[in-house]
Amino acid sequence: MAGRLSWPVAVAAGIALAVLVLPPAALVLRAPWADLPELLARESVIQALVLSFATATLATAICLVLGVPLAALLARAADWPTLPRRVLRAAVTVPLVLPPVVGGIAMLLLLGRRGPIGRLLEEWFGVTVPFTTGAVVLAQVFVSLPFLVFAVEGALRSADRRTELAAATLGASRWQVFRFVTLPLVAPGVAAGAVLCFTRALGEFGATITFAGSLPGVTRTLPIASYLAMQSDPDEAIALALLLLAVSVIVLLGLRDRWLPGVRA
Amino acid sequence: MTDAAARPDAAGPRPALHADVVVSRGDLEIAAAFDVVPRHPLAVIGPNGAGKSSVLSAIAGLVPLESGRVRIGTRTLDGLPPERRRIGLVFQDYVLFPHLTVRDNVAFATRMRGGRTAARAAADPWLERYGLAPLAGRYPAELSGGQAQRVALARALAAEPEVLLLDEPMSALDVEVRAEMRTELATHVREFGGATVLVTHSPADAAALADSVLVLEAGRVTQRGTLDELRAAPATPYVERMLAASAD
Amino acid sequence: MRRMPPATAPTATRTPRRHLAVAAGILAFATASALTGCASTGASSAASSTGRADVAPTTVTVFAAASLTEAFDTLAAQFEAEHPNVDVVLSYGGSAALAQQVVEGAPVDVFASAAEPPMQAVADAGLAVDPVVFATNTLELAVPAGNPAGITGLDDLANPDLRIALCDPSVPCGAASAELLARQGVGAAPDTLESDVKAVLTKVSLGEVDAALVYRTDVPAAGGEVEGIEVPGAASVVNRYPIAALSEADDAAAADDFVAFVTGPTGREVLADAGFGAP
Repeated sequence: MAGRLSWPVAVAAGIALAVLVLPPAALVLRAPWADLPELLARESVIQALVLSFATATLATAICLVLGVPLAALLARAADWPTLPRRVLRAAVTVPLVLPPVVGGIAMLLLLGRRGPIGRLLEEWFGVTVPFTTGAVVLAQVFVSLPFLVFAVEGALRSADRRTELAAATLGASRWQVFRFVTLPLVAPGVAAGAVLCFTRALGEFGATITFAGSLPGVTRTLPIASYLAMQSDPDEAIALALLLLAVSVIVLLGLRDRWLPGVRA
Repeated sequence: MTDAAARPDAAGPRPALHADVVVSRGDLEIAAAFDVVPRHPLAVIGPNGAGKSSVLSAIAGLVPLESGRVRIGTRTLDGLPPERRRIGLVFQDYVLFPHLTVRDNVAFATRMRGGRTAARAAADPWLERYGLAPLAGRYPAELSGGQAQRVALARALAAEPEVLLLDEPMSALDVEVRAEMRTELATHVREFGGATVLVTHSPADAAALADSVLVLEAGRVTQRGTLDELRAAPATPYVERMLAASAD
Repeated sequence: MRRMPPATAPTATRTPRRHLAVAAGILAFATASALTGCASTGASSAASSTGRADVAPTTVTVFAAASLTEAFDTLAAQFEAEHPNVDVVLSYGGSAALAQQVVEGAPVDVFASAAEPPMQAVADAGLAVDPVVFATNTLELAVPAGNPAGITGLDDLANPDLRIALCDPSVPCGAASAELLARQGVGAAPDTLESDVKAVLTKVSLGEVDAALVYRTDVPAAGGEVEGIEVPGAASVVNRYPIAALSEADDAAAADDFVAFVTGPTGREVLADAGFGAP
């Protein structure tokens, strides 16, 4: 294979690989390995870890419940007229290309106490969203939902629509078609999307710190804790970063084997 | 929908199918009207692109009618979704559920009405009947063409349809096994005993599986009768060519 | 004068903000290279590379505490007016984060911190040349315009029903806040601990929090959207702001000139106008 690559391609590919691999490698190399057990046992670290896992898991669950139907709508929209189809697609794409901090500002303006929805929530229910763990989850859902939607939509589009028709002729209602045919057929795509979603939620920083703030145990997730620790205790920051790296790698490796076999063939 | 009706050997009196359908597919408008009585299967025959499959889809409720109506006995199906029509459809390449075993494919219709365990149990007689019991745990990708056809038929009939539609049931099979499978399919269709419509472009399939033939060309019915009647007086050059080719 | 994107404000990606600094550094390097090229041909004296219109342009990159934003914007504009060949590039952020970036090699010529510990970190790394304290600051309660929650004093910060923002204790304004609260015996119930004082102030001006502790200089800087409430004991917790030219400055003379300008009469005046105390 390598023999067929011309040298500029090989060099560029090598540089690209270095760009991807070297920074995490530096993190691993500079990690204070000897102090790591002590660093990772710190309450501030464990607090951030627990918070990050809980919020990212919840965000992924919400993304699954809301994102799969949205993906179904998006896949169905292939038959729509151009304009509404593009508007719908753009609406789902925006959070993907939007800097997360912009998303955070936007959510603050919507759900903050002076925002149109935030004000009503406070007036009617006495609920305030920013600076709560719920705000962390919301921020994570906002940035990670498109990952899930597009993964599932791709799977939906490649699934044979006629299996749904066949199910209908066998007496399956629309919901049953979705539950017993569509959903299992796109399960590999859903799993892949959920993994992407989870890792994205776990790493979410910009929208969270803007919208949810930063309070230990409540809104200070691993990335925020790592960022703040970098100013006062770089070793702790590196330990936290290492933790994030390890979690991402483990999640990716652990779930890969489960979704790859997919539909048995 | 009694328990007795769920068994493969059950054969009570069955209603006739009255179809008068007008559907459009792209630029082509397809119009066909025919009645099919139980135990006298009809073969819809015609060249590729004549609209044969669209007629079946329209009857099954998978594509909307431009006009016309579909009845089973005295029951009007207009506006009913596919899942409430009680029409079994065997797709051209069977379209089995790739994520389900043979047993769960056959049990699918029963599963839609109840629990998984009961549905699996109800599938057993069908699996026996179609010689699928040894394959019950396999997935569709592990089946031969003939096996897949049996599963598709068992799956459709386990839903207790009042009408059975077969779309080119032989075309996905290897040539060597066609004759054998044709005979087998004819037996199953006879056992089903309800109104049956079969789409094909092969007079041999029509001869083995159906009592009469309806010729569809470019969306229009050009001739109707038994194969012998068609041979005696072919209405169009297509009918003439088709019959001549099959005489070999 | 150019303004770099804020160095510590949370940004879109998790990429460290250093990249921005690096980008600016590349720019500065390109400018500096051009300067060197010119200087080798022109045989003029190197007594001072600034202050003369006919000298080739140079850039002074300044990292300054977020609380200095308005004062340094003004100072940089005035400095540039007096030194037409000097372009001042400013980057504001939490002092601790800025110090960290300087230590990690950000191409900076002048560092102005909101407290002494971050400057000490830079000095410990051998990068700061003779830091001098040029201003002081004290804390004040900040509330949204109109004071909707009816905040009256520091004790309100202990009310869990109110929304409170403070600086994180790892940054100078947070350290000062913690000290003030401890001295006054107030157990604050913050809802968020932000990474720099401007982030705290933003939460106040958006009305998202009921009260916050900020530097008294930040209150007028926020315009009409924030009101300040003086608190007893604030005078006892004084933040001392040191400034230093950095030993790795591209143009040491220009950097020294800027430091002298800030610590000189003009600097004193501008800083006093902004509400800073004298050193």
